[in-house]
Amino acid sequence: MVRMLLTGNKTTAYSAMRSRVQVVSAYPITPQTTIVEHIAEFIADGLMKAEYIQVESEHSAMAAAIAASNTGARAFTATSAHGLLLMHEMLHWATGARLPVVMVNVNRALGPPWSVWADHLDSISQRDTGWMQYYVENNQEIFDTVIMAYKVSERPDIMLPSMISQDAFYLSHTVEPVDIVEQEVVDNYLPPYDPPYRLDVNNPAGFGSLVMPNHYYEFRYKIAEAMEKAKKYIKEAAEEWYEITGRDYRGLLDCYRCEDADVVLFGAGTMMSTAKEVVDWMRAEGKKVGVARIRVFRPFPGEDVRKVADGAAAIGVMDRAYGFGRGGAFFNEVNSALYNHRNRPPTKNYIIGLGGRDVKPRHIRAIFNDLLKVKDEGLDEEFRWFGLRRENMPEEEI
Amino acid sequence: MMEIRFHGRGGQGAVVASRILAAAAFLEGKDVQAFPFFGVERRGAPVTAFTKIDEKPIRIKSEIDEPDYVIVMDTALLSAVDVTQGLKKGGLVLINTEKSAEEIHEILGAEKVAVVDATEIAIRNQLGTKVQPIVNTALVGAFARASGIVKLDSVVQAIGSEVPRNPERNQQAARDAYESTVVMEFS
Repeated sequence: MVRMLLTGNKTTAYSAMRSRVQVVSAYPITPQTTIVEHIAEFIADGLMKAEYIQVESEHSAMAAAIAASNTGARAFTATSAHGLLLMHEMLHWATGARLPVVMVNVNRALGPPWSVWADHLDSISQRDTGWMQYYVENNQEIFDTVIMAYKVSERPDIMLPSMISQDAFYLSHTVEPVDIVEQEVVDNYLPPYDPPYRLDVNNPAGFGSLVMPNHYYEFRYKIAEAMEKAKKYIKEAAEEWYEITGRDYRGLLDCYRCEDADVVLFGAGTMMSTAKEVVDWMRAEGKKVGVARIRVFRPFPGEDVRKVADGAAAIGVMDRAYGFGRGGAFFNEVNSALYNHRNRPPTKNYIIGLGGRDVKPRHIRAIFNDLLKVKDEGLDEEFRWFGLRRENMPEEEI
Repeated sequence: MMEIRFHGRGGQGAVVASRILAAAAFLEGKDVQAFPFFGVERRGAPVTAFTKIDEKPIRIKSEIDEPDYVIVMDTALLSAVDVTQGLKKGGLVLINTEKSAEEIHEILGAEKVAVVDATEIAIRNQLGTKVQPIVNTALVGAFARASGIVKLDSVVQAIGSEVPRNPERNQQAARDAYESTVVMEFS
């Protein structure tokens, strides 16, 4: 085991190296990150054997990854914020063409006003592209998840792309100890990519051509079916990784002290790591609180959300992004999973941390206390912009 | 958990200092985190960086508001930045200065003050230029002395792995600073 001090960006580059990716396409400009710089160095230094394609835009970066994957190569790219938005059209293409591209996105806010800080709206905006979506809470989880994501994506009965999102600065620029699992261990876990069909000049075939209405519908159903099946394979891949490393990612929903909790707080990314610490502090004070971290957002772990609802008297959902018109995406998804369920505790949405506003332990504590009030007194409001500063009003003291 | 905040200027190496300190504690088996203030860096502008050190896994991902230690790389910062903001009661300020600990105590009011002339040490060890000496490695050496939470040997070893240019001279600067740091408590 080699434990190194690494930023999230460098960890990501190591994960691509250990996954033996064969083609990396990238557009190296802000809001791109040092991920692709580190990979370029690895390749230049001979530490990584891959084709590095410098393209002219993020749209082309995804197009190149798609083409590479179509030839049977293991393809990787990284992006962030507006770069991800420019890829949008090609994200749908990767899914429709059933190509297991894996990409790491550094979650950053969208402009204007210009911002480079943490916010989930970039990846949330890609919710319906058919990519599996993972949100991580520390650098180790980036490394582990990229490798597991290839394993799931490349299954012949899945063949869907995966996106792993890490919070800007909180992980991308933060140094933490990371266990870089040895190459031969990863090789045993993740065999080379060997797709049933590929672009091959010696065996010509067409991909992604026109279909009539009497076939398109079934193509979409097959994607839906694969996405549903992926839940089981994500758990299996995590089980196998757990046996090797002892690190536990076996839940699509990462529940921490939920079992006997009166109130449970949902959310994604690094702020949920902070929330786990706060849970321990409040438990020590006799307050029964728990955390349910949405580690996998697509496919959505609706069954697990229902299980949490069976035990909790109130549910809070923190969203580090806002869907203008009707609340945060995680809140809406949690609600949607519960509507046809018999146990429906009150749910409250906390909009927090947009554009990198720091989410501190005292904020999480205030939210838990607010939720305990909802449990006792009922729901006061559905949406709360937490810590909002208003004109002519001092900053809310929390 | 020990929380350390670095104040410097863009180009002085505050971010690297935060990583050297983390690497030193990591060598001693601690869990660590190091990160810059989440901003846009410009040469000469005030820069903040953070290191967290704990015996158990560090789960809190937020910035440091109430540091146990503050490290100031440049006395000129004192007029621009409130360096003791949020400093815990009994917390220590380590500062690169020619002034005495008493004089710094007069200015900042901190209960524990450590002083070291890291500029002189950096110049003596040919780190950076006389106009812009690189004081970060000297200050991490001084911090080992002032805080006692990491060993000088670990700092020296960490410099070897974290500083690609002139590691030997940087290691010597850390040793020199360790020897010449003065720590005083006021009550």
